[in-house]
This record gives sequence, C-alpha cells and structure tokens, in this order.
Amino acid sequence: MRIDRHKQKILAFVAALVALPSVALAAGGETHVEKANNDIHNQASLQRGARNFVNYCLACHSARYVRYNRVAADIGLTEQQMVENLLWSGESPHSTMTNGLHADDGKQWFGVAPPDLSLIARSKGTDYVYTFLRSFYADPAKGTGVNNLSLPGTAMPHVLWELQGTQEAVWEGQTDAQGNVQKHFKEFTLASPGKLTPEEYDAFVRDTVNFLEYIGEPVQARRQALGYWVIAFLVFFTLLAYALKKEYWKDVK
Amino acid sequence: MTEEVDTGRRHFLTVATVATGAVGVALVAVPFLASWKPSARAKAMGAPVEVDISKLEPGAMLKVEWRGKAVYIVHRTPQMLAQLEGIVGELRDPESTESDQPEFARGAARALKPEYLVLIGVCTHLGCAPLDKFSPGDVTVSPDWQGGFFCPCHGSKFDISGRVFKNVPAPTNLPVPPYQFVTDNRILIGAEKGNA
Amino acid sequence: MSSSNAAAKTATKSGGGMLSGLTTWIDERFPLTALWKSQVSEYYAPKNMNFWYYFGSLALVVLVIQILSGLFLTMNYKPSSADAFGSVEYIMRDVEWGWLIRYIHSTGASAFFIVVYLHMFRALLYGSYQKPRELLWIFGMLIYFALMAEGFFGYLLPWGNMSYWGAQVIVSLFGAIPVVGDSLTEWIRGDFYISDVTLNRFFALHVVAIPFALVFLVIAHLMALHEVGSNNPDGVEIKKVKGPDGIPLDGIAFHPYYTVKDMVGLGVFLILFALVIFFAPTLGGYFLENANFDPANSLQTPPHIAPVWYFTPFYAILRAVPSKPLGAALMGIAVVLFVFLPWLDRGKVKSIRYRGPLFKFFLYSFAISFLALGYLGMQPPTPAFTLAARVFTVIYFAFFLLMPWYTSIDKTKPVPTRVTYHAH
Repeated sequence: MRIDRHKQKILAFVAALVALPSVALAAGGETHVEKANNDIHNQASLQRGARNFVNYCLACHSARYVRYNRVAADIGLTEQQMVENLLWSGESPHSTMTNGLHADDGKQWFGVAPPDLSLIARSKGTDYVYTFLRSFYADPAKGTGVNNLSLPGTAMPHVLWELQGTQEAVWEGQTDAQGNVQKHFKEFTLASPGKLTPEEYDAFVRDTVNFLEYIGEPVQARRQALGYWVIAFLVFFTLLAYALKKEYWKDVK
Repeated sequence: MTEEVDTGRRHFLTVATVATGAVGVALVAVPFLASWKPSARAKAMGAPVEVDISKLEPGAMLKVEWRGKAVYIVHRTPQMLAQLEGIVGELRDPESTESDQPEFARGAARALKPEYLVLIGVCTHLGCAPLDKFSPGDVTVSPDWQGGFFCPCHGSKFDISGRVFKNVPAPTNLPVPPYQFVTDNRILIGAEKGNA
Repeated sequence: MSSSNAAAKTATKSGGGMLSGLTTWIDERFPLTALWKSQVSEYYAPKNMNFWYYFGSLALVVLVIQILSGLFLTMNYKPSSADAFGSVEYIMRDVEWGWLIRYIHSTGASAFFIVVYLHMFRALLYGSYQKPRELLWIFGMLIYFALMAEGFFGYLLPWGNMSYWGAQVIVSLFGAIPVVGDSLTEWIRGDFYISDVTLNRFFALHVVAIPFALVFLVIAHLMALHEVGSNNPDGVEIKKVKGPDGIPLDGIAFHPYYTVKDMVGLGVFLILFALVIFFAPTLGGYFLENANFDPANSLQTPPHIAPVWYFTPFYAILRAVPSKPLGAALMGIAVVLFVFLPWLDRGKVKSIRYRGPLFKFFLYSFAISFLALGYLGMQPPTPAFTLAARVFTVIYFAFFLLMPWYTSIDKTKPVPTRVTYHAH
C-alpha cells in the first residue's frame, strides 16, 4: 500500500539520522579512557562532589561562571548548609566560584595558569576527567614528582595523593626492528596506600567528576525533565494535525 | 464526490488543532518574555549590601550604591531629630501613608533607630538625586530653611526624615529601602529582618 | 467595475460583521484578500506532492525560528573578544531560559542545513530546476550561499576555540587566490589575525546584512515559485491540463490541503527538533563541538580540527587535493556547480520516475559521495581516508560534468499527461 511505503521511507530516514552520528562516533575511539559512570541526578553524589571541589580544586582552579546559590539550590543544600560547607569566609552566596589565586601567580608557580573548570567536563568529557584524576603516577624526573598518563608532562601536581596514595606505572618493553625499546603502559600498582581504599578513591573521583559535569551545564537535569512534557505536547499536536489532514484529504480523489 | 463531508468533525478538528497550536505558541512565548527578567547576575549585583557605619560621625551622611541607586545613610544628631515634630503642618504626608517604605518606617523618624536615617536618594518627582542641605538657614535653599534634603532639579524640599514639604513638585516622601542592623555598627541594605 | 465598487458589493453581500467589515476596510486600502487568494487559498499545487515536499515550508519555519531566537540572543550577547565567550555562558546560566534560546538557535543552525539539503535533493530527484524553474532554482542557490555565509559568520560568535580556528582556516582559504590572496585575507579579518575586529564585523554581518539578504531572497524564491507553479514527483506541468473553470485538473488549493499537510510535517519536525534541544543539544559534538567549550586561544589549535558538519563535504574536497590553490578552487567550484544544473541537464524528462538508468546511477552515486565526503571531512586525514576522499571527489564532479552526456543518451520512460495519485 502507498501509505505504508511512505511511512517506511520516513522511518528509514529517521533511523538514518539517528544512526549516522553514532557510527561516526564509534570510529573515533581513544586509548585508555575509562567510563566515569557518574549520574547527575544523584544529589548525594553531587553534594559530596561539591565538597570535594571546594576543598581540593578551588584553591588553584576557578569556576567563574558558577554561582554558589545556584549550586546550592540545584543540588539540594539549604542556605545554611551552603554557607557552612561551600562558602569561603566573607563571600556572598550570589558570587561565582572564583578564587584568590591570580592568573599570573598561577603561571609563575605551575608554568601555566590553572584553567577555569566551569566547562571542563563539556570540553574534555567526563570520562577523560575521571581517567585523568586516576592516572597520576610517580615520576622522579618531574618537578612535581608525578606525571600523568592522560596528559603526559602535566604541570598539575597530584593534589589528591594523600587520598589515593602513590601509584607507580608498570611499562612493558618491546624491542622493535631498529633495536629501540618501545614502552607500552601496562598497569598501575599502588606503591604506598593513601587514606582511601582504591574503591573509595574511585568513588571520590566519580563524585567530583559528577559535580564537574553538573557545573558544565547546571540546567541539564531540568532540561531533560522539561523535554518529556514538550515532546508529549508535540506528539499530541501532531496526532491532531494528522487527523485533520486525513479529514481534509478525503476531498482529494 | 461519493461520501458526504462530515463538516462537524472537520470543524472540530480544525478548532482543536488551531487551539493546540495557539497554546503551543503561547507556551513558547513564555521563556522568551521571561528572559527579560533580571538575570542571576543582575540579582547578584542587586543583592543586599552591607555597610559599616562605625565611622559615620553625627551630622554626616554616607552614600552607598544599591541596585544602581544611591542610598543615603545619615547619622542624625538630637538637634536634627528635635525638628521632626514641629514642622508636621508644613508637610504633605507627615505620617508617610502615601509613601514607599517598610512598615517600620512610618513614624516621624522613618527609621529603625531614630539616629540613623536610611533613604533612597532618588527624588520622587523626576528621579534626580536630592542634595543634603542639613544646616538650618542655608541660603541656597531659603532663608527660613530648617535643614533637610533639597532637589536641585526642580526645587523639591524634604525634611531631615525625607518627608516632602507642601507646595513643591515632588508628590511623596523619599523612599526608605528595606534594611536591617546586622550588628550595632553594620547595616544590611536591601533586606528586612525575617526575609533576608 | 472599480475596486471600491466591488468591495462595497462584497460588504453588502456578507452583511458586514465586525471582522468582514475590517477586511473590507483593509481591502480598499491594501490587497489583503486578493493576496491571500492568489498566494494561498487559490494557489493550486499538484495533488501528488509527497514526503520530499515538506522541506520547503520547513525551511521557512526554521528561518523564522532562527530570526526570533537570534534576536533574543543579541539582547545578551556581547560581540567582543573579551566578553563574547563569557556572555554566551551568561546566557546559558544567568539569563532566565537563556539556555533554551541558545539551544534553539544552535540546533536551528544545523536543522536549517538538514532541511535545505533535503529540499535541494528533492529538486535533483524530480528535476525541479529544469525549465521553466531556472530562476527559481538560482534564487534557491543564492539562499544556500547566503546560508553558508550566515553559518560561517555565526560560528565565530561564541568565540570558542573551534570557532576561532574554524574561522582561521576558512579565512585562510582566500589566501589561495593568486596575487591578491594575502591582502584579501587581511582585509576580511581587519587585522593580522582573527581578532576582536573580525568578531565585531562578523557579528554585524551575521545579525544584520545576511539575514536581510536571506529574507529578500526567500521572498524572491517564493514569488518565482508562485509564478511558475510547483513541480511534483511526476515532473508533469499541471497547468497544461485545466478544467472548464481554468483550475488545473491535478491541482488542489494550497489552503486548506497543503496547510494541513504541512502542519503534520511541522509536528514531526518539531518533535525531532525538541528531541535534540532537550536531550542531546550537542548531538555528540556534531551540533556543538566539544572544543568550542574552551575559550578561543590563538596559541593552541584544538587537537582535532574540522568545520561543522554542514561544511564537511566541501572541506573533504579541499583536503583531497594536494595543492592549496587548486583545492580551494575545486571546493569553490563544487559549491557553485549547482547553479548550472538547469543547463547541464539535457534530459527530456524531469522526474526520477521516468529517467533512465544512467541518471539514476549518477544521482545515487552523487548522493552517496556527498554523504561520504561529509563523513570524511570530519575525520583525520589518514592516507586511506584521503584516497577515499579523492575517489568520492571524482564521482561528485562526474555527476555535474558528465551530465550533458549521460542525460542526452539516457533511455527515458514515457511521461504521463496527468500526475499519478491514488487517494488514501
């Protein structure tokens, strides 16, 4: 029947639209990126992440587009809790998450100014940030004493070493045809344990990444919730319009 | 044409579709219009301002900015306060019944603590900033001037509580913003106690 | 009979309610009813227009969406290198509903190109560019060029790192022009690099000049369409067979039949549009690229630089050629060749339904090449990908350049005098 063929064509077109980007995505894989598996709808995780962020990241990094009171409202903190847990003394709850570190100082201390983290999860991806924070390893050749597998030569010290402990990287050597040794990363071993077990540390990083994803787009949860209503309304409208079209097109012979 | 056109159904579907479409357009208009409301940044900048008044000497005035407007804080002397009752007959709205202020500022002093006057420095006539003319007999105002505020634009006169005199263009008293004392020496402008 | 007499007669006939009274009052001063009749309620369109005919009206809807959402973005956007990136984040976070307005606009940009590409493909399928619709087609192509300029200028405005380097690469293309190239790129930028000056002028072009041109061209496109009448999937001129009333036998009034039909298309389109806005506004980096969430940095190119998806077919052609001037020239030609289709096509029939196997082969190869080049343009230029891009580039050009040959020798089927339509 004609209608069916018509519908099939539309369906095929929609399917092609949906499939195209995912095929393209699958082609561009990266090595050594682990899944963050965070959930921005988990408010307890976001609250822990906010605390981690304020305690460990905000000393050097800023989140200059993020307002404290917005964060508190979104992740389910009362004003009192926000003042006690997030705000530095004397800061207004309306202010954004800046810090005292001047960009020039940062450049002098670290070689590069620590980047603003408002959008880090959107530009680099949550999986990258999750992997990055778990990929520091001891490297005596570096001034900070650590290197990072995700970002070799990073200027960032391992701020969380007390929690994670010290990791060492294990390399596999392969001698190629020219007699050069090619080093391949095999795994990390925990040389000295930190305050947290590896599982606890992963959870700590996951909460922090979760918070970073949230501040990347604070409206995300609300956007999705609203989306269902909008789609429902549009489906209703389309069904009505379809019935109306069928009715009028009875005239067309 | 073999079958009859069901005009009832046709009419109903037309009305239903058009109405649903109209509702949709109206719903879409809401976010666009709402985007004109003060943004989070505007609200942050319009947040209550805390002012230290410990260094404000008796008889002096301090100007601070709140929501883009000047707020006057005057440390009133007992002499200034003494004037307030005697001039009631010359004032247009001595009890501040038609003027804009928090509930606590209705009396002659129009203040939480009589010695500290807090006013919005915007003339209720056409929005100029009134000048502080606190010395009695200031000839730049008038020889019989008792001290208060004087608007240079159109000559409106206000007493030392910001109450408007009769026979000047300004219709109401100078507004009092919401405020509270955080401590004896710190005023928070923009929020009353209880709904900070 | 003078027009005021006629209007007076209508008024007496209709008895004069409030609304018809007003209509009469206007009609005596402005041809409102006449316009409505000639362009909508008594504009007769072929009754057999199918799925592919939704995209013209949808393109018009997207234009309106872009103009409205763009208008509201300019109320908070700041076109300066110091403030642009921050003002976009300000819109996304601090302005009430700003995120929605921004996502509508960013999704609308991609939607515009999707709809326009499908609209153009429809013209290829059914020969809608052929006589007497050459000028209609040229107006359409001018709209497409204006749209590319609009997309390019607009893409710089968020002042993200991808914006910056995308503009850098595309502006550099003009450097491939012999002799004047370098001074031309400098003139376009207004500086020695992409700077505040460039951003400011791109903003002016994006929000004032090009939209004006677009609206003007869309009106011309519609006027040309309504002059010659719509083509249809059979490629039959419905005006050739008219009833005693002078109305084409295969024509139906645009209103109500196509207004109600387009409403269904609009509904389906808006569902897809809303799905992206609310559930995947970046569409995995295709509609909003990840690197564009980093502010513009003139010292650091993003690791993986590619234009937005709607330019990638042409970008792939550019990269496929191992010479800068030749690559840039081929890319420009690839875009402009569409304009000459009415004269390249020597076919006696319009619609794919009655075309011969040669045309079908070349058209489908072209469509596949276009999609493949679009994909390759997003990928890093590995040797295998570059080779593939070269093959597809050849096919792309073959479609146009061999067209006079294969359309003239193709075995076509007989075209009916009436459109094929089965009532459902």
